[in-house]
Amino acid sequence: MNRYRPRTLALELAMIAAALFMAFPVYVLVNLAVRPPSDTSSPLSPTSSPTLDNFTQAWQKGGLGGALGNSVLVTVCSVVVVLTVSSLAAYPLARVATNWSRRAYLTFLLGLVLPFQLASLPLYQTLRDLDLLGTPWALVLFYSGLQVPFTVFLYVGFLRALPRDFEDAAMIDGCTPLQGFRYVVLPMLKPVTVTVLVLNAVAIWNDFFTPLLYLSGSDRQTLPVAISGFVGQYVTDWNLIFAALVISILPVLLVYFLLQRSIINGFAGGLRG
Amino acid sequence: MTVTPHKQLPDVDRPPGAEPAPRGRRERTTPPWWFALPAMLLFAFVVLVPSVRGVYYAFTDWDGLSPDFSFVGLDNFSEMFRDEDARQAVWHTLLIAVSITVVQNAVGLLLALGVNSAIKSRNVLRVFLFAPAVITPIVTAYLWRNLLGPDGAVNSLLGAVGLKGLQQDWLGDPDLALWSVVGVIVWQFAGYSMVIFLAGLQSVPKEVHEAASMDGAGPVRRFWSVTRPLLAPALTINLMLSIIGGIKLFDQVFALTGGGPGHATDTISTLIYKDAFTLGEFGYSIALAVVLTIIVAVVSTGQYLALSRNERASS
Repeated sequence: MNRYRPRTLALELAMIAAALFMAFPVYVLVNLAVRPPSDTSSPLSPTSSPTLDNFTQAWQKGGLGGALGNSVLVTVCSVVVVLTVSSLAAYPLARVATNWSRRAYLTFLLGLVLPFQLASLPLYQTLRDLDLLGTPWALVLFYSGLQVPFTVFLYVGFLRALPRDFEDAAMIDGCTPLQGFRYVVLPMLKPVTVTVLVLNAVAIWNDFFTPLLYLSGSDRQTLPVAISGFVGQYVTDWNLIFAALVISILPVLLVYFLLQRSIINGFAGGLRG
Repeated sequence: MTVTPHKQLPDVDRPPGAEPAPRGRRERTTPPWWFALPAMLLFAFVVLVPSVRGVYYAFTDWDGLSPDFSFVGLDNFSEMFRDEDARQAVWHTLLIAVSITVVQNAVGLLLALGVNSAIKSRNVLRVFLFAPAVITPIVTAYLWRNLLGPDGAVNSLLGAVGLKGLQQDWLGDPDLALWSVVGVIVWQFAGYSMVIFLAGLQSVPKEVHEAASMDGAGPVRRFWSVTRPLLAPALTINLMLSIIGGIKLFDQVFALTGGGPGHATDTISTLIYKDAFTLGEFGYSIALAVVLTIIVAVVSTGQYLALSRNERASS
């Protein structure tokens, strides 16, 4: 079945056609982003005199630089906290077979079913009382808790399939449990860590509902909310809006194409984890 | 310090004060329970406690601001049954979730089969077809809002290939807007389903295919009898992800239609947002969130049970 036959060529062409069809919106996006507003020809025809003016304008008017910084800050801090506390929690949950351990694990699993919409409104009030609303730290705190159940779930699943021999040996050598975790367990968790790192980073970077709630009216927006505000402000100026969309997509696609193997494996990794 | 896991060497680099472990007996490391404490506390503070409070608020007329509110029993829920908008939103949510699940997985499976074949461009195609899935949904939704407009690129394309009769106001037509939303989501996430199916397909050993082929099984028969049963875990994950994602849908609807025209594309999540933050009806809004929770719980439990039975049956 692995020989290249005429039928394979037909399939190859069909798949490339499908990919081009899927890429069509991206062509229009870039085409209109480099088009001066005076050019009103069809969105399909290539722009005759491309310009980068829209990008400089969108960057300045939309405050996209600051928003980009906030998104990076929130994503990095949240992912570090989530991965640290979840891997640490997964260790006893996967290795200890007592009642409290089973109950704790089931409680985390409950979190997989609870939609964040339920918790986010009452938490809004708590964050307001703590004076955290409108700051990136409200988001870091929120994601640090929200992403725990699914991260713990993947870590525990992976850890249960690993042999205990190395930890036992480390214990015999006189390691404290924390040292055993840090120097023996954590390195073995690397494959699943890549998976949860990718899934968490993408989910947090792309989230819109939570920053819309917790950062509304503040001047410290994340990128998705800044884009949404920008669209609301320049409603009909689509060339400008498209430039802003391109700016917000570029860093993500850059990282994606650089690390595509790890990222795709990360997304597919939930299957094996 | 670094620890090299060796068992039978003399205990020379044992830290001072550590007891030598008795030899010959298998020592069990038991990590202490407090390792789970930080995660537990964060989870309780952010998810558990607010969720429980949410369920409580669902029985009150709280407006989200004032400290005093009163207990109104099941009023919020009975209002929901009278409220045409809420009933519609529940219906739209289920319709969107089911459509996305069916279409996205069908497209994703076809793409996965194509990319898993002998074609030369398979690695490049895999990377490009998955790319939309990492882009911020709100951003792709704003892009599509323009493309699907009356003068947008989709209508231009239809005109250019001589299908002027198919031109539509894709987002402005109440009968069409919901399906446009579904289309946008399928465009973005078909590659996600593809990647998961692909991982499943690659777990099917080549020898099994070759054996079936030699026994005279055609491609369709091979897919049905060899590949399909082994795809069950990938299918389980894909169905879960798409249906739960569809039920919670907010970003794309917010950016594409804002729930409109009228209420034609309102989902439970957009209604939760509107009721809480534009109408100030926190109690009612949280009651909607409780209904959303119940739907998610019922669907995911039901699906889990059905699929785990299937997986057992087909393995």
